[in-house]
Amino acid sequence: MSAGASGYRAWLLQRVSAVYMALYTIFFLFSWLAGAPANYFEWHSWMGSLPVALATTLFFLSLLGHAWVGVRDVLIDYVKPVELRFTLLMVVAFAIIAMGLWVVKVLLMGIV
Amino acid sequence: MKNNRPDSRPVFLNLLRIRQPVTALTSIGHRISGVLLFLSIPVLIMLLDRSLSGPQGFAEVVAWGEGPLIKLVLLLLVWAAVHHFFAGIRFLLLDVDLGIDLETARKTAKIVNMAGGIGVLIAVVVML
Repeated sequence: MSAGASGYRAWLLQRVSAVYMALYTIFFLFSWLAGAPANYFEWHSWMGSLPVALATTLFFLSLLGHAWVGVRDVLIDYVKPVELRFTLLMVVAFAIIAMGLWVVKVLLMGIV
Repeated sequence: MKNNRPDSRPVFLNLLRIRQPVTALTSIGHRISGVLLFLSIPVLIMLLDRSLSGPQGFAEVVAWGEGPLIKLVLLLLVWAAVHHFFAGIRFLLLDVDLGIDLETARKTAKIVNMAGGIGVLIAVVVML
């Protein structure tokens, strides 16, 4: 079986993205515990700094890659008719790509 | 289907009446919470976008979060996020053979299942 067909890459993507998201979540919670932004200007300057904006963009891209593998597994497990399964997978794939572009626009082209 | 094989046994698959092992509850909870979190992604990006658009957008997002119905939905998502986080860490540890024996696996599953509830309690306190 080829590496592409074995599911190894999906398995690895699921885990690498999970570890990154866990680390980001801990970072996010601790920086908010240290002082949550009280108004728009604090929030904007925190999220608008390049390291935070990049880390947050990577969080969302990890989230979307992770969600793709997870939702794909769920659809393959529960949706048996091939046409419906394919249609739903394509809808989810396009939605995930759209959300990825959206988040890059908001975080990297909007505020940094 | 003919049911006259000598070893045929009764089939009882009402998932609501089968008593699931605690590890199975952790597992299906991981899946359900994952789907809920997936559905919330566009809303999260929209709120991020709005909150960063200007002082007015920020105020709108804060006000939106004050709605009682929204708070209930947020509590559900807090459960989903906390359960998914801890169940995920448990699965990562199982991947490297940590906590793989049945007794430990049951114990960590119980802890994970409780963590979701504790997360919701903390969120309720923070929201009040």
